[in-house]
Amino acid sequence: MIATATPPKARSGAARWAKKNLFHTPLDALVSIVFGALALYVIYVAIRFVFVTGEWEIIRVNLKQLIVGRWPAAKLGVLAIGVVVLSLWAGMVAGFIVARHILEGVSTTVGSSTSARLIDLGRRFGPILATILLLLLLTDTPGPWMTALAMLVVAASGYFVGRLLGRRFQLVGGRRALWLAFIVIPVAVFAYLTAAVPLAEWEGFFFNITSAIAGIALCFPLGLLLALGRRSKLPLLKAVSIAYIEFVRGAPLFVLLLLANVSLEFFVPAALAPSKVIRAIVTFTLFTAAYLAEIVRGGLQSVPRGQEEAAKALGLSPMKQMSLIVMPQALRNVIPAQIGQFISLFKDTTLAGVALGILDLLGAGTAITQQPDFRGQGLIFETLIFVGFLFWVGSYTMSRESQRLEKKLGVGTR
Amino acid sequence: MSTPELQTAPVTKTPLYRNVNVLSWVFQVAVFLVVLAVLLFLWGNYLENTRSSGIPTSFDFVDDPAGFSIPGADFTSTQSVQKAYTIGLLNTIRVSILGIVLATFLGILIGVGRLSRNWIVAKLTAAYVEAIRNIPLIVLMTFAFLAVVLQVLPAIDDAWRIDGLAIISNRAIGIPWYQGVSGFALVGALAAGAAGWWLLARWRHGVRDRTGESARAGLWGGGFFLLAVIIAWSVLGAEVTLPEVDGRQIVGGIRIDPSYFAVLIALVVYTASHIAEIVRGSIQAVPKGQGEAASALALTGFQRTTLIILPQAMRVAIPPLGNQYLNLIKNSSLGAAFSYFELTNVTQVAVGNGAPAVPAFTLALFFYVALSLFTSFFVNMANRRFELVER
Repeated sequence: MIATATPPKARSGAARWAKKNLFHTPLDALVSIVFGALALYVIYVAIRFVFVTGEWEIIRVNLKQLIVGRWPAAKLGVLAIGVVVLSLWAGMVAGFIVARHILEGVSTTVGSSTSARLIDLGRRFGPILATILLLLLLTDTPGPWMTALAMLVVAASGYFVGRLLGRRFQLVGGRRALWLAFIVIPVAVFAYLTAAVPLAEWEGFFFNITSAIAGIALCFPLGLLLALGRRSKLPLLKAVSIAYIEFVRGAPLFVLLLLANVSLEFFVPAALAPSKVIRAIVTFTLFTAAYLAEIVRGGLQSVPRGQEEAAKALGLSPMKQMSLIVMPQALRNVIPAQIGQFISLFKDTTLAGVALGILDLLGAGTAITQQPDFRGQGLIFETLIFVGFLFWVGSYTMSRESQRLEKKLGVGTR
Repeated sequence: MSTPELQTAPVTKTPLYRNVNVLSWVFQVAVFLVVLAVLLFLWGNYLENTRSSGIPTSFDFVDDPAGFSIPGADFTSTQSVQKAYTIGLLNTIRVSILGIVLATFLGILIGVGRLSRNWIVAKLTAAYVEAIRNIPLIVLMTFAFLAVVLQVLPAIDDAWRIDGLAIISNRAIGIPWYQGVSGFALVGALAAGAAGWWLLARWRHGVRDRTGESARAGLWGGGFFLLAVIIAWSVLGAEVTLPEVDGRQIVGGIRIDPSYFAVLIALVVYTASHIAEIVRGSIQAVPKGQGEAASALALTGFQRTTLIILPQAMRVAIPPLGNQYLNLIKNSSLGAAFSYFELTNVTQVAVGNGAPAVPAFTLALFFYVALSLFTSFFVNMANRRFELVER
């Protein structure tokens, strides 16, 4: 006679999960309890600080100072127009790229439902949108709200225009003209903004963002040349490129910025003595070029030799082999690494604040604690946490996007 | 029918303007000349501008009296700038070495923690990495200095005391130290002990391989090390001094400068978050079968990690780890913003006291590049040592 077996224990449920993930062994249980208590305490302190003990008045009062520095209040309209145009542009570029991907069969979002895509977008850009909303809630004038609303509307409509353009422009010539337009628009906006307020007065978080973008955009010509130089078979070119790259990579950016601060005027004719912001951007450009060169070199190495040989077999000139066949693939393969470089430059822009005395986000953040109203109250916690949080949101979102792209491009798996 | 005579094409020399060799050299020389011209233009401007404002361009300034003193070091304003640079360089090396060691430990702990089966540990370490990695280092350093050191730590009058271990205040942190013996002798004793450990461990492993008895290398080596240190300690006549508060100062023990403390903590916390990601990636690069094989051999979890997984992961991790070490050394230059007298700060203060800016900073950059090359030399050596020898 066989005894009746008891039914097997449940294989799911909270208790089961906790047993498996938290209390697997006695040591595990101890670790879980200690670290769990620690985590709860940290969360408690953080929430209490944000909602109860933190005195955020200093941020609310100085919000404009922190974000755009001493940008004249009368010219904030110019800034608003600039960012609205830029968001139209960004929407158009995004729509254009998505349309091209759908046409080429790359896109993976075609099949999924609208709600799934909205959730996906929310997960990707939720933190940054929440931060923007938080900043808007701290303002007390209608201007920022209207600008944000206009940006949203314009970006959404730009997206659909971009989708349309992406579907229509099949011709290579037309596409090239379109890409040119995509480059010209931000340059025009930049020119428009500098005409209104000279570069020397760009401060606050606005300085951190714009100088990082300027640095990464301007370093491309030099970076590509250095990468090609380092790979070339011509000994003289190779030596010059290696010397530059290795010297810059061995030197701390902070020291280079200090050097630029005290001595850039010695190296250019006296009439051209540049402003602090320009010094910072020049240093960022020269510095990042060396790192970009190494990234691009990695990309060039990842392009199979057969590509170049095929291009040669088709009778393309060396110039065309590089610019039409090899370089586009190399650059595409290292997009995640380029985003990584941008993130690190974005974080490093704070060094310019310290080295050159520019009132960037960090500089303004430490300066406002010395205001008569707030001095000696220990408000450095509030300001530094706010400053760190803004950088965190930007870097975190970008690094997540770069990981996503890396998966999508499937570098190394193809 | 006559066969047409084979005619060879007349051999013409390739004209110079189509000869690839010639062209490539012309191109190179042209590029080189352009680079040279730009450099000469900058150099000419530099000479012109410095002459018109009477600033020297030579390195003679290193022999001049410094004109500033370095608090906490045996350096007064009458000593030469050269001596100041030496102190700065030593301070950079001091914070870098300790920073590298601590960041590596913390980074490995957190990197291993991210892969823990324990849900809380995995999430906590992930939160640490994601939070710290995305904040600029200088924000962390400012926080450590302005917020933690200057506001959280107590004034010297009501310093936190952990009896016999530490005195913590915002003026200085004191911990026990040795006295009555030169540092070189003590380091020599430690090195001798470590060498003995290594030799004994080798011998014990040899015994194990021959006879199969348990190696117990740690027991033998560690015992020898401890013995060597104790003997050296008593023979050299060293003693422990404890920190004490004397008026407004800490005497006895060793005094850790608050700025050094803030710079070190920020460097370690920041670099560890990057190292943790490297360690995690390298562990994931070790084939799963290795861990399973270790479990099948009945190794404990600790043994599996330290004997099987980490040594193989290290092979992948060494080159990116080396990059992080270089970054840490370069990032130590931020100490200048918090009056920690390392190389950059010394340079900056020297320039403020009349040293010519371009030569002074060039000297500092030269030291940084030399330090970087030196470090990457060691990293490459370690890499070669651990590299998989493929047949």
